[in-house]
Amino acid sequence: MKEAVHLVRLAALFAAGFVAFLVIRQMVVPAGFGKYGHFRAGALDDIRARPISYAGHGTCEACHDDQHNVLAKGKHAQVSCEACHGPQNRHAEEPDKVKPVLPDTRVLCASCHESNSAKPKKFPQVVASDHSGGEPCKSCHVPHNPKLSTEKGQ
Amino acid sequence: MTTRREAIKTAARLLVLTPAAVAYFERPTSADAPAESKYDMAKHWWAMSIDIEKCIGCGNCVRGCANENAVPRGYFRTWVERYQAPAYPDEDHPEVDSPDGAFNGFPEKKKDNAKSFFVPKLCNQCAHSPCVQVCPVGATFETPDGLVLVDQTYCLGCRYCVQACPYGCRYIHPEKQTVDKCTFCYHRISKGLVTACVEVCPTGARTLADLKDPKDPIHAFLRDNPVQVLKPHMATGAKVYYKSLDESVR
Ligand code: HEC
Ligand code: HEC
Ligand code: HEC
Ligand code: HEC
Repeated sequence: MKEAVHLVRLAALFAAGFVAFLVIRQMVVPAGFGKYGHFRAGALDDIRARPISYAGHGTCEACHDDQHNVLAKGKHAQVSCEACHGPQNRHAEEPDKVKPVLPDTRVLCASCHESNSAKPKKFPQVVASDHSGGEPCKSCHVPHNPKLSTEKGQ
Repeated sequence: MTTRREAIKTAARLLVLTPAAVAYFERPTSADAPAESKYDMAKHWWAMSIDIEKCIGCGNCVRGCANENAVPRGYFRTWVERYQAPAYPDEDHPEVDSPDGAFNGFPEKKKDNAKSFFVPKLCNQCAHSPCVQVCPVGATFETPDGLVLVDQTYCLGCRYCVQACPYGCRYIHPEKQTVDKCTFCYHRISKGLVTACVEVCPTGARTLADLKDPKDPIHAFLRDNPVQVLKPHMATGAKVYYKSLDESVR
């Protein structure tokens, strides 16, 4: 039975190679690999786990319907709260502990309305230095509804 | 009695079983199932529409993105370019600038006889992305919901993808030394929010779109407007659709 020995050796070698392949593969291939594609499924959860800093205007409106009602009637209706107030998720989660700093209208309003030749012609623009002469915009305009404030109504 | 020849043949036939064995060892166990979430990847195919006629170059998107994603100063996942394209018989190249990525908007710069406008840019979330094709370790990939993302734990920082991206949307994070790019705010859109840049855009120049949602306004947008993607000749399957894009934009 000389030939049989050859066969057993060959089979053993093959089996050992196969087991080694499986073990190494098990070790090096990360968990979840190939579940959704040629990548580690856990990477998606890593990226999704990031905390948000902009709560979204829906969240603000739930508590601040006063401001929302004013805003919705004016020309700033399509401007979301956090476009002017900055990221406020921490405030939205803990309104008592985190209080937003109110923006300075001289800087804020100019960031959108300062006149620029590349801006679309139909967007309302002013040269802030000529238009208000350094006065805060809110002394004539209501930020949430930028029509002129009634006291000053010119 | 079996001969050696026959035995090798049998062994070779058994090789066919290898994938089955692998599949057995790889079968999903409850241990590595992802945390319960309502977000179903199969139901989304993300894209973005950008209306050039609405962009006022205020830089809100650039700042919003940096805040939301802790993008290091001087690097950009999204930025805005100002094009000043000369009217016809003049020189044929537009003048393009983007001071500090438009983080603080644009100072006035007049150019006579030129068409001036702003072009917001970000990762195009290509469906056939060149950056994915060149990654030697498979750290960057296309997801079933149409995004191109990076596995930070696998990236070597070799910069191949930075070079491959035709839109210049990738950078090496100065601290992590791995590649970083726009994720379409995956952590937000998978919770039902819009991306930070869309949230803070005052004029609605940017809109997040889900091409798999039959009610999404993107379908009307694509049907009713002459819409372009950047570098269409590269067949990247870009999914950021520009309306009213001037032909000088590259
Ligand atoms: C859970 C309810 C809640 C949510 C959500 C919320 N706020 Fe508030 N917010 C408050 C309360 C309460 C105050 C009043 C705090 C005070 O006056 O001490 C306040 C005050 C403010 C102020 C005024 C601070 C001042 O100095 O007068 C601003 C601005 C503001 N919120 C913006 C936002 C924005 C933007 C959002 C959306 C991201 C938001 N809030 C979401 C409850 C909320
Ligand atoms: C166009 C920019 C802009 C937008 C959009 C905006 N705000 Fe304001 N908001 C301001 C400014 C500027 C002030 C500060 C006014 C001041 O100094 O008296 C302010 C003040 C406030 C205050 C303080 C109390 C008050 O009414 O003066 C609250 C609360 C507030 N905003 C909430 C909101 C919420 C909620 C939204 C979204 C529904 C929103 N804002 C949208 C610019 C804006
Ligand atoms: C984030 C950008 C942004 C900021 C900041 C901003 N605005 Fe506006 N503003 C807009 C947009 C968008 C419109 C709507 C333009 C339109 O209807 O085409 C608008 C409209 C206006 C209008 C109406 C112009 C008209 O055609 O009647 C006035 C006035 C105005 N804003 C004043 C202000 C003032 C004052 C501030 C500061 C409190 C301010 N804006 C801050 C984006 C902004
Ligand atoms: C002294 C009061 C005053 C101040 C301060 C002021 N405005 Fe005005 N603003 C006006 C008046 C009055 C109008 C209406 C002019 C008109 O309709 O022609 C106006 C109109 C505007 C318009 C609309 C222009 C258009 O073309 O429709 C914008 C935008 C504007 N202001 C922005 C600002 C900004 C930004 C600031 C702060 C830098 C500011 N305003 C400060 C009085 C003021």
